[in-house]
Amino acid sequence: MSLVNFTTREITCKIVYYGPGRSGKTTNLHYIYGRVPDSRRGRMVSLATQTDRTLFFDFLPIDLGQISGFATRFQLYTVPGQVYYNATRRLVLQGADGVVFVADSQARQLDENLESLQNLQGNLLEHGVDIRTVALVMQYNKQDLPRELILSAADLDDALNFRAVPSFGADALHGHGVFETLKGISELVLKKLAAGSPA
Amino acid sequence: MTSALNPKYSFDTFVVGAANRLAVTAGRTVTANPGTAYNPLFIYSGSGLGKTHLLMAIGHAAKKVAPALNIEYLTLDEYVEAFHAAIAAGQGDVFRRRFQNVDVLLVDDVQFLTNRKEMQSELLRLTEALQTAGRQMVLTSDRPPAEIGDLDERLISRLSGGLVVDIGVPDYETRVAILRRKADERGAKFERGVLETVAGAEFGNVRELMGALNRLVAFQAVNDASINAETAKQLLGLSVPAGAGVAAGAAAAVRGAGGAGGAGGGAGGDESGAFLAHVTVTVGKAVEAWRARVAEAMLRWEGEGYRTQRLEALLKQDAPAAVDEAIADFAQDVERLKELEAEVAQLDPQAAGQSVFRDPERLGEAEEAAAKVRGGAAPPPGPSAAFPLAAFAVGPSNQVAVSAVQAVLEHPGKKYNPLVLVGKSGHGKTHLLHAIGLELAHKRRAVVACLSTQAFIDELIAAIDGNRVDWWRARYRRATALLLDDIHLIAGKERTQEELFNLFNLLQDKERQLVFTAPAAPNTLQGIEERIVSRLEGGLVAELKEPDRDVKRAVLERMLGLQKVTPEPALIDYLADRPADSVRTLMGAVQRVVGAAAAQDVPVTAGLAREVLEGSAPRDARRSTGLRTSGIVVSSLGGVKSREKMVWDWTDPADRVIEEFR
Repeated sequence: MSLVNFTTREITCKIVYYGPGRSGKTTNLHYIYGRVPDSRRGRMVSLATQTDRTLFFDFLPIDLGQISGFATRFQLYTVPGQVYYNATRRLVLQGADGVVFVADSQARQLDENLESLQNLQGNLLEHGVDIRTVALVMQYNKQDLPRELILSAADLDDALNFRAVPSFGADALHGHGVFETLKGISELVLKKLAAGSPA
Repeated sequence: MTSALNPKYSFDTFVVGAANRLAVTAGRTVTANPGTAYNPLFIYSGSGLGKTHLLMAIGHAAKKVAPALNIEYLTLDEYVEAFHAAIAAGQGDVFRRRFQNVDVLLVDDVQFLTNRKEMQSELLRLTEALQTAGRQMVLTSDRPPAEIGDLDERLISRLSGGLVVDIGVPDYETRVAILRRKADERGAKFERGVLETVAGAEFGNVRELMGALNRLVAFQAVNDASINAETAKQLLGLSVPAGAGVAAGAAAAVRGAGGAGGAGGGAGGDESGAFLAHVTVTVGKAVEAWRARVAEAMLRWEGEGYRTQRLEALLKQDAPAAVDEAIADFAQDVERLKELEAEVAQLDPQAAGQSVFRDPERLGEAEEAAAKVRGGAAPPPGPSAAFPLAAFAVGPSNQVAVSAVQAVLEHPGKKYNPLVLVGKSGHGKTHLLHAIGLELAHKRRAVVACLSTQAFIDELIAAIDGNRVDWWRARYRRATALLLDDIHLIAGKERTQEELFNLFNLLQDKERQLVFTAPAAPNTLQGIEERIVSRLEGGLVAELKEPDRDVKRAVLERMLGLQKVTPEPALIDYLADRPADSVRTLMGAVQRVVGAAAAQDVPVTAGLAREVLEGSAPRDARRSTGLRTSGIVVSSLGGVKSREKMVWDWTDPADRVIEEFR
């Protein structure tokens, strides 16, 4: 997928929120949806089960309007976290320009986080993409939970962030860190534009 | 009568962004070279996006570059008013003269031309006069020329003939820049985030944006207290709708929680606004920088009349490598083209107008063209190498013509001038003409023009069309010999006859050889002026007759040799004895025989030739009928057809009569 189309003057960034089940990926999108003005956002498509688990995926298009003469759009996707939806995850990952890995900060979820991260690496490889070359940021969600239940951002960095990508502590439910994460990933993705042309 | 230029509206106070960069660059180009770069320059945009500002800025800048220039700015309404006043006073001519002496004419709001026929024709006249005099026109409108209702087609094409650019709605960055500059101008200070919030509101045009800013300035002045982003939003009625419908119930819960836990409702809008600003800056840095450089380079070189496909191709790429190098290379090529063009202009002003000197992609061709001009200008079309004299079969039927040609080749321009070769189609006129051309071209410093009359006429038409008849004439006047095939085609072409007449006299005076071909003697040709006919008749008119046996044999031997067929004497005899009114017919017959031989995979023999050319049934078919024949075949038409008994060559009737008397 072409990120920047000079002929139609469009920039389209596909950003995928990835992570274990119940880590707060959809919550991230809902928060963004609530904060973006009506005119800028498209319909959020959410296919959830009765218990609010993402069944297929969530999709939130954001139209940032004309930026430097380019119609700029962000497409935010989440993947279903549960292990048995791997085919869907792989499908959603296809053509992603950037990935936000939403980790659950709870100490007891560490294994799930690691497993999901490995799953991400595997699925990217299936698309022929090396995780080291993809725009990736980490979000350590649920930092608002009691101290004794969670790992600190520094601990999680040690445990999960092997490649030292930008990481953000977050409380997606209340919005803390959500836009910081989005800014972080969009910056990485858009830097790819610069990579091809001498600035 | 006309408005003065408002000093506030200059390029310095005009905020340039992606949406108006093209218009501004074009405007600056125009001020640097009034009347030459884009004339007219037509700027259109919605209301309040800076047309008038830009128009006046052009006026100011042009005045600064050349203070002596007579610059006039006026709106179309003022122009109409002035016109009506002048007509009422019976001074229409004074009015026209006044505007025809303006060096830079700036007309605002030309969309009001709708339904004003007399003004349209007046403006059309003025446009033509100004353009002819090389004076600059800049016009603005709220729509492109073609969309102005009820506008004269001629005026549309005139107005679109220069450069038509639009100014778009400024993007977020530009809006912030405009607000900052305007706030500075007013000496107003705002808290951080206030101007950004106003800019984020997407007003449809700059005027509305200014209105919003004015409200904030006024509010701050009245209350003597600085306002924050939140207050600004309320003042301008921009608050984000709080109860926007959300489909999923969970989302409502999330947002409710967000509202409770966050810094209040307004913070959310700021978050997305800040995100937008952040993305804008990132995209701007990454994308627009190199793109703008390419676009500006394109605009510049296009303005100078060079083709810029190479740069356009660059823009189409996603992320081209080494943009600056590509631009530099392009600039270098253009410089080289300029050098070449200047050099050529010295030698041959007409040749300098060629399009190759304007296309950096064809630098190689331009170099060649320049080399050609250096080496004595582009020669006229020469003879075709396909018709060497050695290959021309000589026999009694063309002996006269060939001897004349020999004489011409020995003393070109002196003995038979002009030489007119007359004969029917296929008798070898064209061959002989090109053969003469080739022989003459061998001579030192020879410039042989050898072409068909039709090509000669077409070249003249193209030259008239391209306004370079002088160049065309010079090209042929250089010729040391002029050979025209099928001269009868100039019948009815008065201009060509005129040009040929002059060329003829000039070349003949300089003892340069002229050779023409025609299907019949010149004095029998229709539609050619007497003065040309008499000149054609004045040299030698040599006839090429129907090919005789010797000619046919020579042609046959050569042709069969070319086809790699070992000719058996019987075949040559048979073919040479067949009646053929022209060499072309003969060649056609040979082709058929050789083709049939190849198809049946049998050698070319006289027998086969007979079968093919006389249409008798193939051997197999005859055998299958099982009939013995005497060799005489009674055809269904009732005539007798015998291969042995056909008489091909009738003797001359006169001879036969004498025979009978004996």
